[in-house]
Amino acid sequence: MAVHDAILEVADDCLVLGHRLSEWCGHAPMLEEDLALPNMALDLIGTARVLYDRAGALEGKGRSEDDMAYLRDEREYRNCLLVERPNGDFAQTMLRQLFFAAFMHPFWQAAQSSKDEVIAGVAGKAVKELAYHIRHAGEWVVRLGDGTEESAVRMQAALLALSIYVEELFESSPAAQEAEAAGILPERAAMRAAFDATIAEVFTQAGLDMPEVTFPQTGGRTGLHGEGLGHMLAEMQSVHRSCPGVTW
Amino acid sequence: MSQETPLWEVFIRPRNGLSHKHVGSIHAADEVLALQAARDVYTRRGEGTSIWVVPSAAITASDPDQQAENFEPTADKIYRHPTFYEIPDEVGHM
Repeated sequence: MAVHDAILEVADDCLVLGHRLSEWCGHAPMLEEDLALPNMALDLIGTARVLYDRAGALEGKGRSEDDMAYLRDEREYRNCLLVERPNGDFAQTMLRQLFFAAFMHPFWQAAQSSKDEVIAGVAGKAVKELAYHIRHAGEWVVRLGDGTEESAVRMQAALLALSIYVEELFESSPAAQEAEAAGILPERAAMRAAFDATIAEVFTQAGLDMPEVTFPQTGGRTGLHGEGLGHMLAEMQSVHRSCPGVTW
Repeated sequence: MSQETPLWEVFIRPRNGLSHKHVGSIHAADEVLALQAARDVYTRRGEGTSIWVVPSAAITASDPDQQAENFEPTADKIYRHPTFYEIPDEVGHM
């Protein structure tokens, strides 16, 4: 385990969620969201690219961002389980986005003082992007949670389906602990207060309560993923794998 | 969609010192989502520093059938254009 593995975890979170959001492109219920969701996807994929590049440089084996994204299998991906959850309906997509952004916004805020200047640089950009993701997803969670009978039922179902993946966000793998000790990445557990405050503000307006989670789901950081990630990667990597090194 | 979701007109100010300019319209359930939708649809390439959204229903438009009576009478009143002055070269661009 080394610091570059910890950077890879964050990069995988951003790429996998970014790719999930991009799956809405052309399928969103209205033109406005058809642009809003890919906008957020591009923010995340942009961050992932910088992080892959940095992780590859620190690893020192000459792996490029494309090698990282397209030539690793499911078990080598280190993303948390939340980000790989399928899009489901709009309630699930927006709640997943809110959970992730509510965690990553304070994470990037703290990472601005990272001892790694690439991390500090990308943090400065990401913190603004994530602030908007909280606003956008938050407004939708409020409107769906406190909307029609149908939307409230769907948001409640999304909450039950996704809340079991929240705890993993705050867990630091051995690699992450190393990066935290070196002052490269912020301590994950320290994001709790800011996360809780963001969620409480949205949930109060949405009429939602964070459910009690008896058995939180973890494993993503050790490469143990749900079935969905393999399908997602198969699609995402298919062009690169069938035409290696192709450019256009 | 359009029957359930109101239409909003979007105005963007490209730079400080310029006025907001109409750029198009979007659908959104309320003013908060309308601003977000306007941001997402019309400022993807750094077009703006400020956004206004106005419910399309709040705009009163002139009647196209009255175009002749509204606008044609000005056509022969060229003396209203400030083009009859000699501007000294020293003034430069006005």
